[in-house]
Amino acid sequence: MTSADLSAIAPEILISLYAMAALLFGAYTGKDKTAPLLVWVTSGLMVLVGLWIGLSGEGTNTAFHGMFTDDAFSRFGKVTVLFSAAAVMVMSEGYMARRNLLRFEFPILIALATVGMMVMVSAGDLMTLYMGLELQSLALYVVAALRRDSAKSTEAGLKYFVLGALSSGLLLYGASLTYGYAGTTLFSGIVSVASEGDIPLGLLFGLVFMITGLAFKVSAVPFHMWTPDVYEGSPTPVTAFFATAPKVAAIGLFARVMHDAFGQVVPDWSQVIALLSVLSMFLGAIAAIGQRDIKRLMAYSSIAHMGYALMGLAAGTQFGVQAMLVYMAIYVTMNIGTFAFILSMERDGQQVTDIASLNLYSKKSPGRALAMLILLFSLAGVPPLVGFFGKFYVLKAAVEADLTWLAVAGVVASVIGAFYYIRIVYLMYFGEEREGLDAGGSPVLAGFLMASAAAMVLGVINLFGVEAMAAAAAATLVN
Amino acid sequence: MDDILREYLPILIFLALAVGLGLVLILAAVVIAVRNPDPEKVSAYECGFNAFDDARMKFDVRFYLVSILFIIFDLEIAFLFPWAVAFGSLTDAAFWSMMVFLGVLTAGFAYEWKKGAMDWE
Repeated sequence: MTSADLSAIAPEILISLYAMAALLFGAYTGKDKTAPLLVWVTSGLMVLVGLWIGLSGEGTNTAFHGMFTDDAFSRFGKVTVLFSAAAVMVMSEGYMARRNLLRFEFPILIALATVGMMVMVSAGDLMTLYMGLELQSLALYVVAALRRDSAKSTEAGLKYFVLGALSSGLLLYGASLTYGYAGTTLFSGIVSVASEGDIPLGLLFGLVFMITGLAFKVSAVPFHMWTPDVYEGSPTPVTAFFATAPKVAAIGLFARVMHDAFGQVVPDWSQVIALLSVLSMFLGAIAAIGQRDIKRLMAYSSIAHMGYALMGLAAGTQFGVQAMLVYMAIYVTMNIGTFAFILSMERDGQQVTDIASLNLYSKKSPGRALAMLILLFSLAGVPPLVGFFGKFYVLKAAVEADLTWLAVAGVVASVIGAFYYIRIVYLMYFGEEREGLDAGGSPVLAGFLMASAAAMVLGVINLFGVEAMAAAAAATLVN
Repeated sequence: MDDILREYLPILIFLALAVGLGLVLILAAVVIAVRNPDPEKVSAYECGFNAFDDARMKFDVRFYLVSILFIIFDLEIAFLFPWAVAFGSLTDAAFWSMMVFLGVLTAGFAYEWKKGAMDWE
């Protein structure tokens, strides 16, 4: 262990030390009274670390004998994760404080989950991969059950825990097979064993089991069953968090394992991921039609979006990874705005998640309704909004990789999916008169909603330069 | 590749032995045990008495806390023991890694003490 190793993981060390210090500070001073302060300090720290990683990171460094990789790909993932985690925390503060949910452990658990995600996208070894994944998951199981006196929230936590443990088991089984047949846990070692045309059968089994475990984490069909229940049962700010940062980290980890460890045998995994992708897109689009609860609807929507992101990965090319990263960055921005809206859905101070309550919302708050309209059209992938470009890139990547059938399926699924997004728009503008939502709401949430909607419109000019960063990130991963 | 697989041969033999021995013991009980069941023998009992209560009763959450605490410090000992045995030949990195581990554990311990997880009343 040298100082070069330590400086490669300095951001992770910094956030971990902060989390421990904050834990003791909270426990020894005002307990939950310190929670708002800790939320703001934690978000501030995350933004600063995100800027630090984004601005100062250079080149490709490996630390701890290749177990940890710091390259443009991991930096792209880390910056996205840190910014979205900070945004979701700032959005949650008011909501949780009003419902007496704001424990001082909440920002600390989110900080620890974020460290886990940063380790995930930097993993260069099966051990590092698992360590990051578990640090993330354990913190998330707890926050899912944050509302201890609600049966739904505890059920969500338990369900997430049991299915998460199952998926970790599958992943570990795959990792043990991979280690057994490759003789090493290092990705750089595995890739040299898996470089010949046909790889050992045991290694192939290990690969498939690891894909299964990772598919659980990104909630790709047929390993998605936990998503709607967990999204519905968890407190809404926690749902907002689940739908953003952990998805980016999991898909980043997915791409890293596939390209770093199995990059020479693309056809072996590309077909599996193509299948996951097409199933996710269709199930996400069709199952969401029947939903009446907007949180469940967003769960199915996120399943469908993961299908599109996996389409980029299935292409197995450098452009495919670039498309996937651009897609994820756009997806996170859209989801932050949408959840800012969902967090502000209230009637007489009580939270409402029923879609029918949005009837004629545009008459009460035309500004918010318009912002939500833009976000929903963008989620559906309607041009000329930014969401369309995300879909366009992954479809292009699939066509260039001779997966035309997958691209056609993606277009069909997106047409089906557009129905339920546009139905919400219909309700907001042309619905029937019914008991609606309260007008107004927190200015912080409105700010995030407007900023996200504005990004969906203004981003069409140059995607805020995300494309070039994603291209650089993809170039370091695929070579 | 074959060399690696050969190194796992003892594990395979061990597994075969474990499964085989387990099966033999279970099947032996089926085949040669004497069975004269009567109501007293087959009824459920608790420490020699008739069952007092339903087994699915509510259980004070503090028992879980104590057992989780036990597991954590049990694992700590499991890590510390080999480290202490090899103390003479430790590198600086190994020494400080354990110190960091103990520091993290202590932070968690101080947190739960202050939170009152260890007050019984």
